[in-house]
Amino acid sequence: MKILLYGYGNPGRQDDGLGVEFVIRMEKWVGQLELKGFEFDNNYQLNIEDAEAIKDKDLVVFADASEEKINKFCFTKVNKSSEVSFTTHSASPGYIVKLCEELFNSKPLVLLLHIKGYSWEFHEGLTEKAENNLKIALDYFQKKLKHPEKIINTLNDWKLC
Amino acid sequence: MAKKITIEPVTRVEGHGKVTIHLDDQNNVTNTRLHIVEFRGFERFILGRPYWEAPVLVQRLCGICPVSHHLAAAKALDVIVGAGVGDSLTPVGEKMRRLMHYGQIFQSHSLHFFHLVSPDLLFGIDADPAIRNIIGVALKHKDLAVQGVMMRKFGQEVIRATAGKKIHGTGAIPGGINKHLELEDKELLLNGPDPVNADKMVEWAQGAVDFFKDYYKKNKDMIDNFAFFPSNHLSIVRKDGALDLYNGVLRAVDAEGNKILDDVDCQEYNKYIEEEVRSWSYMKFPYIKKLGKEKGWYRVGPLARLNTCDFIPTPLAQKEFEEYKAINKGKPDNCCLHYHYARLIEILHTGEMMKELLNDPDLMKGDLTVKGTKVKKGVGVLEAPRGTLFHQYEINDDDQITLANLIVSTTNNNEPMNQSVNIVAKTWMNGKPEITEPMMNAVEVAIRAYDPCLSCATHALGKMPLEISLYDVNNELVDKKRT
Repeated sequence: MKILLYGYGNPGRQDDGLGVEFVIRMEKWVGQLELKGFEFDNNYQLNIEDAEAIKDKDLVVFADASEEKINKFCFTKVNKSSEVSFTTHSASPGYIVKLCEELFNSKPLVLLLHIKGYSWEFHEGLTEKAENNLKIALDYFQKKLKHPEKIINTLNDWKLC
Repeated sequence: MAKKITIEPVTRVEGHGKVTIHLDDQNNVTNTRLHIVEFRGFERFILGRPYWEAPVLVQRLCGICPVSHHLAAAKALDVIVGAGVGDSLTPVGEKMRRLMHYGQIFQSHSLHFFHLVSPDLLFGIDADPAIRNIIGVALKHKDLAVQGVMMRKFGQEVIRATAGKKIHGTGAIPGGINKHLELEDKELLLNGPDPVNADKMVEWAQGAVDFFKDYYKKNKDMIDNFAFFPSNHLSIVRKDGALDLYNGVLRAVDAEGNKILDDVDCQEYNKYIEEEVRSWSYMKFPYIKKLGKEKGWYRVGPLARLNTCDFIPTPLAQKEFEEYKAINKGKPDNCCLHYHYARLIEILHTGEMMKELLNDPDLMKGDLTVKGTKVKKGVGVLEAPRGTLFHQYEINDDDQITLANLIVSTTNNNEPMNQSVNIVAKTWMNGKPEITEPMMNAVEVAIRAYDPCLSCATHALGKMPLEISLYDVNNELVDKKRT
């Protein structure tokens, strides 16, 4: 099973770095356990080349900081967007999925992990509350990865938004 | 009844802008303004920080061309640490930076042309916005859309290999670079499986130029006349007059090709360039001092660069340059949509340059940095994808930054973008009883030609997410539309 974990956001703006930090820590965890089949990536934001990056994956998890009214963290399944938005600075996960399908005829399972953040000033480092949310999300996701082959069939049991 | 139309995009982190168009009683355009709110807090944000942090800090100005800010800051700090100006670094220091820079311009230009501009060309300015977007391109011209994705990916890989990572790279440091090119990266970028290798990138870049030339033949009148107006043009050029995107002297020409800045030292840029403040815009209006505010404004970016340089020092791009220059018999090109033509020639040039550098053994050996006697101020100037980028810093005895002044490319193009909006508004909207989506897109096409950071912030899938509000003479809202 090929899994891509992709964090995006700006670590220079406090909790906006949650997605990136999630992937950094997941990479460390996967390395310690010597798990196979994982790829990791980070960026300020998603962009068009990510449609190519996800095309041959079985599971893609985009991780992003969230200002939404959610409880610590949650997942959504990403479907191709009917209202895709695109700027040269960013593209939505749904747009990437749609582009992947149109350009590369591929439909990987894509999840978006929303991690609740609180402060977005020009500083590096997460706030204490965001750090706590990150740890809980990591713990939750790592447990799910003990049986990656079951992910597709058990999505309804996940902590969905 | 006089009206004012406001085109207001969604605000994003990078800044936002809006266009206001004033109409008289007969719906004729009387005045237009492009308002841009750019985030400029970095000039104050980095005050008091150790100078060596600047190349890493300032790149966070922009999510699409952080490398340009990274390198411009590093160039300014080269001067401060006594490493000299531009070409005085070690061979690996200069060449690694150049490779990083060319990768940046290659990916930025490719993204802009294939994914933002091509829908207008392939489907037409007045096409249904439901198809006039990159998904429409993907459905009808999949090869072009895929090439755009892969060319952007290649540029990003070059940035990773030279800057250390795709975000918050640390490659350039005051006085040089912090690493050699890894053999593994060299092999990947030179000889990687198709299509992500230098040969394929040059081939596709040539194909993109050919695509535009074919389009130009079929649509010459529209391309030549859309938002045409004469202007000055400014960029850096190599000392021998060659196109040089990384280092050189400042040159400006007028609309007829007469030199108005004759290869002046970038360290003295503020002797020649002034910035005007206007009450209705947060963004300044730069101009060449000796010509004054009214006549001294200029264009920057690909069009300006091909107007100021004498030749391009790579064979394929030079061949295209000669053909391109023949259109105006060697005179400066003042056609707004020729920005795209010039941009594509630059994609070809940067593709050639990357291939040449990847074959250069200097990238993998030698001293990384140069040291000298420290001074208190320095200026770094380069050609970012969108145009000339100025970084100026001063430090105190404690190595803290005490002054930072940045003139970013979009700021340099402020007045030309306003001129373009004004011409398009008058051409498309004068006397029309109703503002239509194609009219609005025409305004956007004019702005888009400059590839400003504004478009980065506001350019949605095939259209900017704009709101148009119609106001009467009493500023009462009479109509509102969203594109």
